Amino acid sequence: MIYFVEHFPVLVVVISILSAITILIAGWIHRKTAWFISMATLLGQFIASLFILRHVLTVGTIRYRLGGWVPPWGIEYVMDALNAYILVILLFLALVCVIYSKKNIEHELPQKVVSFYTVYQLLITGLCGITVTGDIFNMYVFIEITSLSAYTLIASRGKIALKASFTYLVLGSIGACFFLLGIGFLYAVTGSLNMHDLSILLPPFYKNRVVMAGFAFIIVGLSIKMALFPLHTWLPDAHAFAPAEISAMLSGIIIEVSSYAFIRVAFSVFTVHFLKLLPIFDILCWVAGVAIIAGSVLAITQVNLKRMLAYSSVANMGYIMLAVGLSTSVMEAPWNGLTPALMHILNHALMKGCLFLAAGAFIYKADLWLIKDFRGLGKRMPYTSAAFVLAAISMIGVPPSVGFVSKLYIILAAIEAKKIIFVAVLLLSSLLNLVYFWRVIETMYMKRAEGGDPSHSTLISKDEAPFWMLAPILTLASLCIVMGVLWLAKIPMPILDQVNSLFGLSKMP
Amino acid sequence: MEWFVAKVFAKYNYWVFIILMMIGLYGIIAKNNLIKKIIGLNIFQTAIFLYFISLGAVKGGTAPIVSEEMIQKGYVYVNPLPHVLILTAIVVSVATTAVALSLVIRMHHEYGSIEESDIIEKSKDQGMT
Amino acid sequence: MKESEKERDVIIETVSRVMVPFIQLFALYVIIHGTGGPGGGFQGGVVFASAFILYVIAFDLSGGRGRFPESANTLLSSFGLYIYAGIGLLSIIFTSGAIQYLNYGFIPFTSHFEENRALGMDFVEMGIGITVMAIIASIFFDLAHKEEKDGERGKEESR
Repeated sequence: MIYFVEHFPVLVVVISILSAITILIAGWIHRKTAWFISMATLLGQFIASLFILRHVLTVGTIRYRLGGWVPPWGIEYVMDALNAYILVILLFLALVCVIYSKKNIEHELPQKVVSFYTVYQLLITGLCGITVTGDIFNMYVFIEITSLSAYTLIASRGKIALKASFTYLVLGSIGACFFLLGIGFLYAVTGSLNMHDLSILLPPFYKNRVVMAGFAFIIVGLSIKMALFPLHTWLPDAHAFAPAEISAMLSGIIIEVSSYAFIRVAFSVFTVHFLKLLPIFDILCWVAGVAIIAGSVLAITQVNLKRMLAYSSVANMGYIMLAVGLSTSVMEAPWNGLTPALMHILNHALMKGCLFLAAGAFIYKADLWLIKDFRGLGKRMPYTSAAFVLAAISMIGVPPSVGFVSKLYIILAAIEAKKIIFVAVLLLSSLLNLVYFWRVIETMYMKRAEGGDPSHSTLISKDEAPFWMLAPILTLASLCIVMGVLWLAKIPMPILDQVNSLFGLSKMP
Repeated sequence: MEWFVAKVFAKYNYWVFIILMMIGLYGIIAKNNLIKKIIGLNIFQTAIFLYFISLGAVKGGTAPIVSEEMIQKGYVYVNPLPHVLILTAIVVSVATTAVALSLVIRMHHEYGSIEESDIIEKSKDQGMT
Repeated sequence: MKESEKERDVIIETVSRVMVPFIQLFALYVIIHGTGGPGGGFQGGVVFASAFILYVIAFDLSGGRGRFPESANTLLSSFGLYIYAGIGLLSIIFTSGAIQYLNYGFIPFTSHFEENRALGMDFVEMGIGITVMAIIASIFFDLAHKEEKDGERGKEESR
């Protein structure tokens, strides 16, 4: 151990679980301390993750052996560029949601504030654990910790949320059990559970049917967790009645960390050579294409705003999976390998987080769930509506916002891989995005409030969301544009280039 | 007959685990009562645990507790690693069942029944709010 | 009719009153002998919690709650989890960042490396046992609590 930074991956997970218990005890004594402890912990974790990213980019991959035991007998935590990038996104969105929740939770769940923050901190523990670990069974344990916390948080409001959470519980447990079964098949063939070790031991067995079955089980299990079409049916119900910041975390981070687990298993455990033996990624591209179209079409027909955003999430997971599927076919361009997929993971977290937090602000202020009730909202809550519009035009793909950049890169990757049909799919989905977001924008700005007429329009009072809720929404909305400019100027590219060279996906020197 | 013995009888543990897993999956999908769904989920998870443990079995092996006698006489012991993995997975399964049962209890409070079709009908009547 | 008082079953009450301490003793045995035989933290914790469940089944729920109040529950589960996560941190603290997390050999309990490691593992198992016991008992109390409340309310309304 030369650098102290190498301890940070473990400390991020351990401090999180210690603070979860501290919130339980301190909040039981005095209720108001729960938010402070959670906020302080998340701030510390976010700063630690920035240090980890800087260390990985300058010095190299961190390989941390828990307990000093040599892998493959011991558990190992590996931080390379992919991990560190996802950890920073995760902790940033969690921090923003915790700041937002200061006002929201007292309004939505007045008696359950302490329990909410305890389970929220456990959720962060699980998510960080999935990201930092380098052992595949450890990843299963952390996936289950994340999922259990998510089931509890989604059901916290009661009534319809209970049924949605129960559906998510059954489907999510089946998915995690499939993941466990895949690990079992891999263990039966090789006898090792370490991801790096598996990538060395597996190549003689690539034609073996057990290994292929193990891969299939892991992929299907993670697809259930990721809400990839046609296994997405739990997602709209889970969103419709969950608290606002939990919706933002669910769509922005939880399903995206599952897609990170997918990338990690597909590229670190089964290397690129396995993926080229079978036409797996071609099938994945087609499934993702259907997901994009189906998600966008189903979103048009919704009347509830949060359900519409949930179907839009399904379509966006289709974008990420399309970019992953195209990654092995594109080698020689600036949009090679995993660059479009990782780019869209960050961009979707920003955009969807902003949209769900703004929808939560509408519900907090005026208890509005259905789109047709949004008349005149543009004048009543100008800043929130402006943030919503910014995030919406970013989802549609107007330059120079982040949505435009990721769609551009995916289209260019599709052209490079000579699969022009996916270019058509992407353009069609942008058009469908425009249709359903325009409905909301038009209702907010262009239709007058009920019972009003033109001469009274100046008398509509401004009833804006409180500061603690407005600051996160405006931060995320402005980041949608700022990050778009940064992506176009290719400033964060070194991180993604390092990821690509790790997995052997970049151009030959 | 040779083929039958080689494919079925020699690998009976895999057949048992597949059949149990399918029974559990049938229970989850086809039963209407929520408690029966949870039981089906438990059977599904138990089948996977059985598979893992059967991976570690060694012919003629004894319990993996190291003692002086075992080292001197050279006894063969079963692989303890799958046992440890399954202990962790059992804890996860217990926690999942606890969360599921508390959800069912609250749904019983809200809707007055634990049949899934009744709950779907009542929630449709309530609408979105 | 004897609806306001539960019927007392003398055999079950006497037997469980005798058995509960032995069950708890067996649970402690299972926790400590985890490394040398079947057992360990989780298993011992569940057996310990089953002693409370036996008490509640034989007597009534409010008696069980009186023996194991909710404040003790919260404190015990937090304490056990602090031990579990904190002992690993001790190895980083005592060597000021030179040695990895969970490497119990470097915590200065005694002067021997292997003994430190064994002691560290025993402490962690005890921490897990305490937490699991508190959590499983609290799961049982919470799942059983509402039914009893509804039953009592129903009895009062029907009187």
